[in-house]
Amino acid sequence: MMLLNHLRPGGRHGIARDETRDPIGYTLAVLNRLARSELLDRVGLRRQAEQTVFAVTRGGFRTATTAGRVFARAGARGRAGRRATATSPGGVFDLTPTDDEQMLVDVVTELATEVVRPAAADADAACAAPAEVLRAADEVGLALLGVPESLGGISEERSVVAGALVAEALARGDLGLAVAVLAPGAVATAISTWGTDEQQQTYLPAFTGGDALPAALALTEPRPLFDALDPTTTARHEGDELVLDGVKSMVPRASEAELFVVGARLDDRNVLVLVESGADGLGVEADPAMGVRAASLCTLTLERVRVPAANVLGEHDGTTYAECVRLSRLAWCALSVGVGQAVLDYVTPYVKQRQAFGEPIAHRQSVAFMVADIAIELQAMRLLTWKAAARAAAGRDVSRDVALARKLCADKGMKIGLDGVQLLGGHGFVKEHPVERWYRDLRAISIMEGGVLI
Amino acid sequence: MAISLDDPKKLRPLRDQAHQVAMNMLRPISRTYDRAEHEYPHELDLLASMIDGLSESGASSGAGARGVKRDDTGAAADEGRVRNGTNLASVLSIAEMCWGDVGLLLSLPRQGLGNSAIASVADAEQQERFGRLWASMAITEPDTGSDSANIRTTAVLDGEEYVLNGEKIFVTSGERSEAVVVWATLDREQGRAAIKSFVVPKGTPGMTVERLESKLGIRASDTATIRFEDCRVPAANLLGSPEVDSVDAAKGFAGAMATFDNTRPLVASMAVGCAQAALDLTRDLLAQAGVEVDYDRPALAQSAAAAKFLQMEADWEAARLLMLQAAWMADNARANAMEASMAKAKAGRMASDVTLSCVELCGSVGYSEGELLEKWARDSKILDIFEGTQQIQQLIVARRVLGLSSAELR
Repeated sequence: MMLLNHLRPGGRHGIARDETRDPIGYTLAVLNRLARSELLDRVGLRRQAEQTVFAVTRGGFRTATTAGRVFARAGARGRAGRRATATSPGGVFDLTPTDDEQMLVDVVTELATEVVRPAAADADAACAAPAEVLRAADEVGLALLGVPESLGGISEERSVVAGALVAEALARGDLGLAVAVLAPGAVATAISTWGTDEQQQTYLPAFTGGDALPAALALTEPRPLFDALDPTTTARHEGDELVLDGVKSMVPRASEAELFVVGARLDDRNVLVLVESGADGLGVEADPAMGVRAASLCTLTLERVRVPAANVLGEHDGTTYAECVRLSRLAWCALSVGVGQAVLDYVTPYVKQRQAFGEPIAHRQSVAFMVADIAIELQAMRLLTWKAAARAAAGRDVSRDVALARKLCADKGMKIGLDGVQLLGGHGFVKEHPVERWYRDLRAISIMEGGVLI
Repeated sequence: MAISLDDPKKLRPLRDQAHQVAMNMLRPISRTYDRAEHEYPHELDLLASMIDGLSESGASSGAGARGVKRDDTGAAADEGRVRNGTNLASVLSIAEMCWGDVGLLLSLPRQGLGNSAIASVADAEQQERFGRLWASMAITEPDTGSDSANIRTTAVLDGEEYVLNGEKIFVTSGERSEAVVVWATLDREQGRAAIKSFVVPKGTPGMTVERLESKLGIRASDTATIRFEDCRVPAANLLGSPEVDSVDAAKGFAGAMATFDNTRPLVASMAVGCAQAALDLTRDLLAQAGVEVDYDRPALAQSAAAAKFLQMEADWEAARLLMLQAAWMADNARANAMEASMAKAKAGRMASDVTLSCVELCGSVGYSEGELLEKWARDSKILDIFEGTQQIQQLIVARRVLGLSSAELR
């Protein structure tokens, strides 16, 4: 009986639970188990050793999170933190970035072109961001973009627009690396935007003093039809502590992160909770996905993890959590625009060079119109993202704006990824060209919650 | 200068006023003139005078068909300042009017495409003579639709007059207008460069309105066939330069096509307005049926109807922002041919999807003449066709993106 249960097909390997095996199926299943056994390797039967993805995945066992540093408590517990001021738009329709924003975009574009793109293919294969890419991002101070000047950061006003422009420019280089680079900034931005004086004084110095603290915003959970506003991760009061239980997925660079912001349900309301990586009961397991691989995506497990009750970030009534979900989705929108632009940049010269039937395939309307549609929908994605970002920076309710941007970026972004591969035909399917990576990456946009924040 | 995509503050009163006009003057007669095709909506005379009054007083910020004029000199004068001018005013107000009724908007006296052409291309003397006329636009011929470079109507200079010969179809407000802007060729051998537009006032001997079409939608708007037989107009009625100068394309066909760079965002705004009408009503009908869209929850975690609505609203917003972008560029004297085509392409296909899907979502309530949803689903189709079909817009965008000539990408 045990054996039969073990060999039941459903629930694993992408097989639905109501699938049944006939006798030959059982034989095949057993043969397959044998095929995977290390015995084959020892007797030299397997031609090529399978390449394992990054360290913590090997064998699939779970490890504790990194021990991390000790954060010395500082600041006043009850006092509100400092905030970047909301922008005050003049009511003029305008698509021109400010001079400061443009300068930032120019710098990040260079970073994306010179450092990020050349490292993208290897980082995708290795499921890890190379140190030099992370270092280069630190030099630009990307993690501090959402931190106000008064707290050691670089912005005076709420920098949502700059954040969107930077995310787009970085993702034009590579999405996985962009997420890896921006992950610490998500936590720094969250603490700056919603933290108390104590939280800001305790944690922000770790971001502003040179290298950015590895940190991650964990909101996604591993289940079908996941709704970010209905997390199953729970927090409950126990004395003056909170006890957290749950599982978070798609957490970027979680194996090295020293600080997490975790979404959880507390007293029937959604809250954000600061969790240091040294906490008992915190586990991390590599969970490489279809795309965004350079971000070293992991599953974060919380089993009776205890944190001080004062670690709730922002309001307890669900409003901070909802705002965080929206601004994170907006960051993903901006990232999708960057990837879409990368696709357009790549297919444009390709279809003009590739010859078929004696002329460039770009001379065929069926090809040219696909490129035109990429350009049209991409610009629309960008405008919806910018609109939501500008309204968020001005302190407006962006629930609808973000929902529409996310819907368009998810749908049209995926279409762009699909057409990018199609335009290259068989060449698009092989890793010699980056379009297959963008195809995998763009599937993430409608799925990801957390990870990045602007 | 800072990125902001909200409707311009100074144009919001105009937008809201247009919405009120649409609600209180167009909607009440919308179904009436859909049924009574070819009957003149005399209620519009009052409205047209009102719009003229607003233009005179400057209160309209130049909204309407004549708001498409490019003012390159003004842009240079206030260098560095971002302008929200007549092009934005036009798309915002026309979208609201088309939320009321596309067919009636197209029938508004003195708001025709011909007026846009005159506003775009005419010199000061011509503005003076024709600026107050209701002008329709005659381009399409029985054998020439999208390839307007291939028109056969001829214009031959004879002394101080041009003699026009040919047949034009699909002339919006061709019967009701006071003048027709006719596109004709000075010399078919010389292609685009020889194509010019001429203002022909009604009553000019040799011009006859032959018949009116019966149509799928925008039935309130009359669509005429006009024949020109040795129709003589003064040489001074030629819009733009009379030179057949293929070197300087701006003076030739491309100059006439420049009208479209300015009017394509207007057609996009018609699609945006029509689709918004369908979305607004459908949202209400769905709410009555117990379906409300939750913007914070994933579309797929909601009902199929709510998910579809979210997708439609996202596409609608996409078209609207592309429309605003194209108009904003025109206001700031930036070349916007590609962005104008992007706006029209997106808005055209969006309006078809939105209006047809709203009928489907609302079931027999949507399909019945008891509501206006079925009408909007008929009206919207033309918006993906006239002033350049979906495919023509894609062609224009593709050529620009790929850097290909019309000879390479045909």
